[in-house]
Amino acid sequence: MNRPIRNIAIACLVLFAALLLNINYVQFVEADSLNDKNGNRRVIDEEFSRDRGAILVDGEPVAESVKSKDEYKFQRRYPEGGLYAPLTGSFSYIYGPSALENSQNRVLSGSDNRLFVNRVVDLVSNKQPKGGSVELTIDPLAQKAAAEGLQRLGKDTKGAVVALDPQTGAVLAMVSQPTYNPNRLASHDFSDVVKSYETYSRDKDEPLINRSTQQTLPPGSTFKLVTAAAALENGVVDNIDDRIKAGARLTFPGIQYSLPNENGGNCGGDRITFERALNVSCNVAFGALAGKVGQEKLAEQATKFGFGTDPIEGLASSASRFTSGDNKLEAPQLAQTGIGQFEVATTPLQMAMVAAGIANGGDVMKPYVVKTVRSPNLRVLEQAQPERLSQAMSSSNAAKLREMMISTVTRGTATSARIAGVDVGAKTGTAQSTPDRPPYAWFVSFAPADDPKVAVAVLVESSDTARDEIAGGRLAGPIARSVMEQVLEN
Amino acid sequence: MTSPAWVPRKRRGAEFFLTVLAVFIGIAAYASVGLGVDGTIPADTYKLGGALIVVAILSHLTVRKVAPYADPVLLPLVIALNGLGLAMIYRLDLGRQQINPERAAFANSQLVWTAIGIAAFAGILVLVRDHRRLQTLTYTFGVAAIALLILPLLPYFGRTINGARIWVNFGPFSFQPGEAAKVCLAIFFAGYLVVKRDALALAGRRIMGIDLPRGRDLGPILAGWLISVGILVFQRDLGSSLLFFGLFVVMLYVATERPGWLVVGALLFGAGAYFGYAAFDHVRVRFDAWLDPFSDPDRNGQIINGLFGLAHGGILGKGLGQGSPQLTPYSFSDFIAASMGEELGLTGLMAIILIYGLIVERGLRISLTCRDAFGKLLAAGLAFSFALQVFVVIGGVTRLIPLTGLTTPFMAQGGSSVVMNWAIIGLLLRISDQTRRPAPEISTFASDEETQVVKLS
Repeated sequence: MNRPIRNIAIACLVLFAALLLNINYVQFVEADSLNDKNGNRRVIDEEFSRDRGAILVDGEPVAESVKSKDEYKFQRRYPEGGLYAPLTGSFSYIYGPSALENSQNRVLSGSDNRLFVNRVVDLVSNKQPKGGSVELTIDPLAQKAAAEGLQRLGKDTKGAVVALDPQTGAVLAMVSQPTYNPNRLASHDFSDVVKSYETYSRDKDEPLINRSTQQTLPPGSTFKLVTAAAALENGVVDNIDDRIKAGARLTFPGIQYSLPNENGGNCGGDRITFERALNVSCNVAFGALAGKVGQEKLAEQATKFGFGTDPIEGLASSASRFTSGDNKLEAPQLAQTGIGQFEVATTPLQMAMVAAGIANGGDVMKPYVVKTVRSPNLRVLEQAQPERLSQAMSSSNAAKLREMMISTVTRGTATSARIAGVDVGAKTGTAQSTPDRPPYAWFVSFAPADDPKVAVAVLVESSDTARDEIAGGRLAGPIARSVMEQVLEN
Repeated sequence: MTSPAWVPRKRRGAEFFLTVLAVFIGIAAYASVGLGVDGTIPADTYKLGGALIVVAILSHLTVRKVAPYADPVLLPLVIALNGLGLAMIYRLDLGRQQINPERAAFANSQLVWTAIGIAAFAGILVLVRDHRRLQTLTYTFGVAAIALLILPLLPYFGRTINGARIWVNFGPFSFQPGEAAKVCLAIFFAGYLVVKRDALALAGRRIMGIDLPRGRDLGPILAGWLISVGILVFQRDLGSSLLFFGLFVVMLYVATERPGWLVVGALLFGAGAYFGYAAFDHVRVRFDAWLDPFSDPDRNGQIINGLFGLAHGGILGKGLGQGSPQLTPYSFSDFIAASMGEELGLTGLMAIILIYGLIVERGLRISLTCRDAFGKLLAAGLAFSFALQVFVVIGGVTRLIPLTGLTTPFMAQGGSSVVMNWAIIGLLLRISDQTRRPAPEISTFASDEETQVVKLS
């Protein structure tokens, strides 16, 4: 009977080997993904009880953990309240971490692989593990200026501001209004957290979303920059003095519909210069240009500026779109698309990228918001490297478009962005959505022209302003200017 | 005598040394639970430590006295597991009572059960001086096994807990007779097969290099299979069903040396498993929970929680008292392996599985070296059923196979399991004592000396 017993022994060996391999798989290979699963209370409890790293802006914490006396040992605090909420998100026990609290969780909680040595040292010395810190690219003064600018338009204002460093892609300001107070979601009083969250999520103004990256809306005339870029890049127009078709209405053969200008004017003649067309934001001229460029090339230009891809890592973001599908646009639809209507929908971040790309000689830099990641002992773990997303246009064409945007500030629709002694380029936009709601006021700009330091996109979705007074230049322009001033002063 | 033949060694000193180590592991684990939870060594460490030392010494002395040649490794291995289990149950008492102070504490009763288990272990060694005596009681054990299996189904005694009707109420006590039935069945199978093995080993048809048994010889295996299916149907106990059937098939194979039985067994198992899946919701639920637990996190909360615990423990574990194993339902019984994995880590859980593996290995070694067929079969059956049980329960908890309800030997909270597993170790030590004992001296030589020719002057 010994042979079968030996075989049984081998079978038992196989069973135990399977057990050992399997627990190695569960506890080692699969462990990270299990730990990241939703609703894993062990991980939540542990991270909640940890000395979580701070999120810093210019050396000052905008999210930090302070000792608390309850069972979780630490309380997450957001000293600036809602100002940085779209960036930091909130570290909520019940609803989980959001925004950077979520995407930088591994560093902040100290479980990042690069902090492994720290963890081992903590383990050996029996210290509580600490998290690393994350320094943002935000300019605190610009951030404040952007938020105050939106608030000045009234407490019901909905809008967003994004400022970028055109040469690096660093996000200098990112504001969304209305916002929420992350302290109320990170509280350890869980019934209060639930109440706050319910209030926020039921609010029809959606304070929990980051309007600057998540919400896409028709960009209106600011999209004419993309159309202009496409016209230059594809040789439809060569110089800013070239005369192009304008006039009171753009008609289409065999179709009843015709495209008018914004205030019923004729843009100053049937044929005006390319520069003039942008200065006065001539719908007829850009509608016609869009038709000449064609859908394919125009879409291609939009893609080069970043349309169709999630623009930023670490924050919830939506891709901007040129059309809703792949369908072929009819001529009037293409013309409307060329002036930022029909199905074009962009985020403020995307429009800031367009302005930044034009300012930066046609090179669109990939936006980023995390500048430096440090270990608890302040060793630099990661330093952001500027990265080129694409070359949207040649530098000579970019220079032409810049010149046109500068003259739009000096003698066009964007005079509200003027800053004494600085060449500022800008473009306004006022996008119609449906007749029953106010139009969206847009403003994109950059400064200074020769060595761009800042590019801004401002969206005012709705405000307390009367409907017939809404225009990108008047509402959004001053906000863009004050943000640019703050950046330039530093 | 010049032959350098194997000199039997008792190795009781080695056993004593290993037992000291094993007791130390248990006491140290208990102390570090206190350090992990409260920051102090529990005030009653001396109580548990003292009890553990006393029972360990008593069991060691019993072996020394009545089974001096028994395997020296088994006892320390089991004491180590038992000590770790006690510490973990105490740790989970603390953790569970943090959530809700009303919850029952199990550590003390488990300590009492351990003492009873060791008494049973000693009792078997003392009372059963030769395991072959058990063979004369073959059918008695068979009847006892059937009775034990039927007991929970009786209207007055039986109790259904968590959907399985495997409990018996006996006054204030409740126990699972299935554990005892397993041992009785192993003895019965061994006794029965020793007698019938030749009949069953008759050549049958040979298909693809495997001797398949004759149709008329299928009777016993079909009976075994029916018992298993009966357990599944009436008691809804997937794990025991699989365990009994596996035990029977393997013993049949060892007795007859014919792999054909394994083939027949596997086919019958497949049919039974398919039947179970098709006929019973609870089997389907377990199976689906195994395939994709996260498809229904509410229903599969237990296995998910167990996996979370294991993952949270990682390689080195959180340390005793510093994880959150109490979040898992039944963390102190069915899922104690996951609790160990969380607090002792992959390293600790691997060590525990290796201890189980060593116990199985010692059991099979005893079976290999045993000189009589009954002892061989019994040891092989006990060792294999132990291995299968560990595989089914730890494999289930770690999602290697679908989860079934079996106890984790020596660690899980539960009196019947602890007592019967100690009894199994008692039986194995008894067989190994017989095996390793020097063969009785052939007395002719001695009598020759006594009857040497006396010269008469």
